[in-house]
This record gives sequence, structure tokens and C-alpha cells, in this order.
Amino acid sequence: MSTRLLEGSEAIAEAMIAAGCRFFAGYPMTPFTEVLEHMARRLPEVGGVCMNAESELEAVGMAWGAAATGTPAATGSTGQGLSLMQESLAEITLARVPLVVFNMARAQGDYFQATRGGGHGDYRHIVLAPMDVPEAVELTQLAFHLAATWRNPVLVFGDYYLAHTTGSVDVARVEYGPVPLTDWALDGSTGGSGAAKIVSPLGTHKRSDGQGYNLADHYRHCAQETARMAAEVEPLIEIADTDDAEVVAIAFGTAGKYVRAAVRAMRADGLKVGYVRPITLWPFPTEALARACHGAKAVAVYENNQGQMVEDVRLSVLGRAPVRFIGGLSLDSAGFGIAPDLDVGVLRSRLEAVLESVR
Amino acid sequence: MTERHVVPTDRPPSEPARLVRDFTPQLIDVGTHHLCPGCGEPVAMRAAVEAITELGVTQRTIGVFGIGCYTAFSNNLDVEVLQALHGRAPSLATGVKRAKPDAFVFTVQGDGDMVNEGLQEVIHAAARGENVTCLMLNNGVFGETGGHMTATTVIGQRTKNSLDGRNAEDHGHPILLANLIAQLDGAAYVARCAVNTAHNVALTKQMVKAAFEAQLAGRGFSFVEILTMCPTGWFVETAEAPEYLGDNLAAVHKAGVLKDVTRSV
Amino acid sequence: MSGTVKTLGTVVIDVDACKGCDLCIDACPPGVLEMTTHEVNARGYRFPVLLAGCTGCQICAQVCPDFCFQVYKFDEPVELAP
Repeated sequence: MSTRLLEGSEAIAEAMIAAGCRFFAGYPMTPFTEVLEHMARRLPEVGGVCMNAESELEAVGMAWGAAATGTPAATGSTGQGLSLMQESLAEITLARVPLVVFNMARAQGDYFQATRGGGHGDYRHIVLAPMDVPEAVELTQLAFHLAATWRNPVLVFGDYYLAHTTGSVDVARVEYGPVPLTDWALDGSTGGSGAAKIVSPLGTHKRSDGQGYNLADHYRHCAQETARMAAEVEPLIEIADTDDAEVVAIAFGTAGKYVRAAVRAMRADGLKVGYVRPITLWPFPTEALARACHGAKAVAVYENNQGQMVEDVRLSVLGRAPVRFIGGLSLDSAGFGIAPDLDVGVLRSRLEAVLESVR
Repeated sequence: MTERHVVPTDRPPSEPARLVRDFTPQLIDVGTHHLCPGCGEPVAMRAAVEAITELGVTQRTIGVFGIGCYTAFSNNLDVEVLQALHGRAPSLATGVKRAKPDAFVFTVQGDGDMVNEGLQEVIHAAARGENVTCLMLNNGVFGETGGHMTATTVIGQRTKNSLDGRNAEDHGHPILLANLIAQLDGAAYVARCAVNTAHNVALTKQMVKAAFEAQLAGRGFSFVEILTMCPTGWFVETAEAPEYLGDNLAAVHKAGVLKDVTRSV
Repeated sequence: MSGTVKTLGTVVIDVDACKGCDLCIDACPPGVLEMTTHEVNARGYRFPVLLAGCTGCQICAQVCPDFCFQVYKFDEPVELAP
């Protein structure tokens, strides 16, 4: 047993190392900074490389380069820093390079950025949203496995609470099974062979017929792989007490813990409320969520933003029950996402109002 | 056509002779690049791949390409290639080299790519003393978009978005990147050359090889700025482009070895 | 021998790789390369032809962006018709 009491940032760093990550690049920004600090300290100890990039844009570039050699690599930032990386993230997806990206977000307003992709073009990233430090340790390792399996970036959606909450975690390596060979990766060795490899958003192989890149073919190929990924990646969800629930409360990430606590308190008082927490924000657990809300008279979505995941919930529920938004912006004066609304009493009163309205 | 007698050139001579040079670069597919007639970039690429072959590093090489006309070579170069975005090759090259220190890593970027979009990337890589070689193909224009002004365009040079010629009041002054890079402690070898004459082509080859050798010796960041002809972007005839380069670009971006730590022992 | 040109070398030209840029014409020191005027290659470009007097100096090959030239030096100078 290797259980340790670790702050979230450190637990995430240890989980990355356990998963085999040997290259990390980052730029300091709250609340991502400590993840970089821990990687800077720990990666050299295990023979890896951590780069203090001069900008977020260079951080994602360095991670791209390392990942292209087949080295498990990661980068991250908070939402603003990820904004800077968007062109690269979109093109890394087209280049089919595995990369794990952390958004240690401020509040939950980056849901659209994460799930729709803030970059150009039509691409998808797998998005995992841990609720607490132990789940972050698990999902970080899963992220590396999925990235390698699908040759696609995977985003881990954390936040300030995750970064700075101390939890008891076991950071031993989790085995998810074999991943495909990195025979596409670069090391120089196929130079001069007549078939030297290429890693490129413009195509997967060189055209020696003088025709040049064919982006139509390549984008179609990428779209096929994306469709396969959407169909085969198991959507993850937490569901509780929904069988006879009149109102189902839905939240993601750290907020889920508070909403779950409010639902449990209401259940203890005999109120028929249920709880659903999407864990993969992409692929969104549409079917499981729809089934869980099947008999509800109303669905209440809490999130710390102006209403983003609620749209995916509406698409899942498809009018079978009214979907109410009980979230909203709740911030500290620094905007780091420390939310006054994340209070069991506050959330309970909002849920009770929804319950009232359907009686 | 003159009355003079044409010598057959479709087959090797029947008289006893030796092949002096087969200039077909081993690592480039001949006849498959569609760059403009008279473009200097293929000549610069030839110098680079010849140096790679001569130094025996073909099977360790990873070329990181920027975005420009030269991106076409990412397709028909027989070394491993990592394609970067406009301006971003230095950070990708950094990731490759740090992850695989035994790889021989070089970038190929244009002036628009390196000095406009990616200025901070190359300066940071140089300051860090990143053990890679960056090659800048400088023709003073964004060639691929049709010939537009870059940060290296010289005063007076006409481009599609500076039709009356670049002027300092509206457009400011060109950046002489090799000179900037040479001031950074992490830079080991910094040189500038051109491919507009055979003599300069030979010098280019020497400088590129020296830069590559600096990387192989682990001395730090190496950089070669190669002035190339772009008759299309300069609105001149192909045969006039070499002189245009000499009179305009080379007069501002001056050739020479600007820094060489390998010489001071 | 009068009426011949002492020639030290020769070239093989990959005519179909040529894009008619003319750079070799001006670069050739003895001036023994000339572009065709009416004849074009498979890609539609005019291309250089060689006259007597080549010195095998390699300059054409150095400057050619399309890698069209292979340069040969004769073991003994050859006298060619001008």
C-alpha cells in the first residue's frame, strides 16, 4: 500500500509519473502552478524532462515535439493559458499525437472550451472531470492510457479545489491493459529508407507521387478515427438515488461533491431527489443520463458558469422532463473559482425550490 | 537559335571522363517540388541534406518544418519529419531533442514563420542554448501567400501589401535576426549566407555544415540564416533575382559568421 | 587544330526536371549554356542546351534549383566543333 496524504497538485504529478509520463512542459498560472512545480522536482528524479516554457504556446509546442517521439508527454495550464494553446491543440489532434492536457480551471466556465474545443476545425478531445483528489489520481492515469490508445489529446478538467485540497491517495500505477505500438513515432531511424516517417497535421505519410498533401483525405481519415473513438470510449458517470427521484440534480467536477451531499441530506429527510455526475464530459454519457432521468419530473443542473453543461443535459433529456438551471457565476474576488455557492445549504435550498415547483 | 553546335547532354559522355558531382541530392526526390522557377529555397535545402548525408546522421535526423513554400519539402525529403505550425518549429524541436537527445534535430523555417509569427520561439530556444539547429530561409516576403511584407523585408522593397515599398514611418525597420541571435549566450554558431551565386552557395554549404557540427559537438544552439531568391515575391524576372538579392537583401542582412564558439578553444 | 573548341568537361541535363529559370545561363563562366527558344520539355518549360567549351566547373549545378545537372570532367581535354 502506498497511501499518502498529498495536496491535489502533488497527487496529480505523482499520478502522471506512475502513468509513465516522462516529459512535461508548463508555464506558471494559478491554480496550475503547483502541478508544474511538482513535475519540475519529480521528473528529473525518474529520468524525465520538465521544461519551464517561456509561454503556454511554447509549452504545448515542446510537449508536442516530445510526444511525437513516442514519449508519454503532458502539459497544462488554467483556462486562459489553454486559450493560448488552442491552435496547437487542434492541429495536434489532426497530427494524431497522444498528449494529456490539464486544465486546472478557475470555476467551471471552461466547459465549452474543453468539450467543444476552443480551436479551429472539427476535432474532439476526450475530457475527464474528476471530483476529488482520489478520482484525479485515477483519471490522470486513465488519461494517459486513452491518449495512447486513440492517438488523441485527452483533457483532464480540474480546478482550484482539486489543486489545493489535501487528500489521502494511493498513487500506485494502475494497469489499464496494452496500448497500441508507437510505430508511428519519430526517432530518425527511417531516414534514407525511401519511406522516412512523418508526423504532421497535413497527412500521415509522405507523398512521393509529386501530388503533395491531400487534406480532404486526411481530414476524412481523422473524422473516421474520431467517430470510432466516440463510439468506443466508455462514457463514465456517477448515478445515485435516481430510480424514484422526482428531481434529479446534475453537476460535474468538484461541484458534484457538494450537490451529492445536498441530495443525500434531502434523501435522509425523505425527499425524493437523485444525483447524476458526468465524469467523461466528452464523450458525454448521454444514454446513461437519459435513463437516470427517465422518471423525473424535473432535472436541475448546477454548474459554476452561465449555463454550459446544461445544454448537453437538455440534449440528453430531449424534452422528457423540464431542465432547470440552478447554477450561476459564483466567484471569489480574484476570480480563481472559490465559490460561495458551493455550500450544501445553498444548493439544498435551490433543489427544494425545484422540488416545490413540480409538486 | 545560334548556328553553334549543340553537345548532347542526355547521357554520360562516351569520351573517358569522371563524374565530378552528381548534384542530385540523395535525400530529395528530383523533379517533384513545385516551387517557382528560380526559387532559392531548393538550393538551400540541397545544402542541408548534403551536409546531413556527409555527416552520416541520416538515420538520426528529425527535421522540424515550419509553414511556407518550403513545407513542400516535408513531403519529398527522405528524413523523418515533424511538421510544426507557423512559427512554432523551435518549441517542437526543443521537445524532440530533450526527449531524444541522440537525435539530430534541425528546423526549416522562412522569415515570415521565424521572425514574424515565431520570433519569441527562436529567441528563447537560442537563449536556452537548445542543442538544435535552426535554419531560416530568408527571402524578405511571405512567399506562400503570394509575396507579402515580413519583419525582414528591407526598406524600399515592394510587396503585395507594401506596394509603394516598405517605408520606416509606416512599417518600421527590418529585424536582422542573425545579429540578434548572435548576442545570446546560449547561441554557439550563428551565420548568414545566400544562394544567389555559386560562390555563395558553396559558402552556404560550409556554414550549414559547421552549424550541424556545432550541434553534434553539443555546443549549444546553432543558427544559419540563408538568403534565398523569390522572383515571384519580388516582382522580378527569374534571371534578375540573384542580382536583386545581392543589391537589396544582402546589403541589409549582411553575410558572414556572426558567432562561432567552436573556434575559441 | 583550328575551328574547334577545347572542352574540359560536360554535363548531363535532366531536361524534364527543368523549370526554365535561366539561372544556369547567366552563371556559366564560359557562357556555354543557352536556353532553347521553341523547344519545351514535358512540363512546358524551355531548357538549357550545352555548347562546346564546358570546363566542368560545376557552377551550373551549384545554382540550379531543380537539380538538373550532372557534371563530368574529361580525363583528357576534348576538341569539339564550335
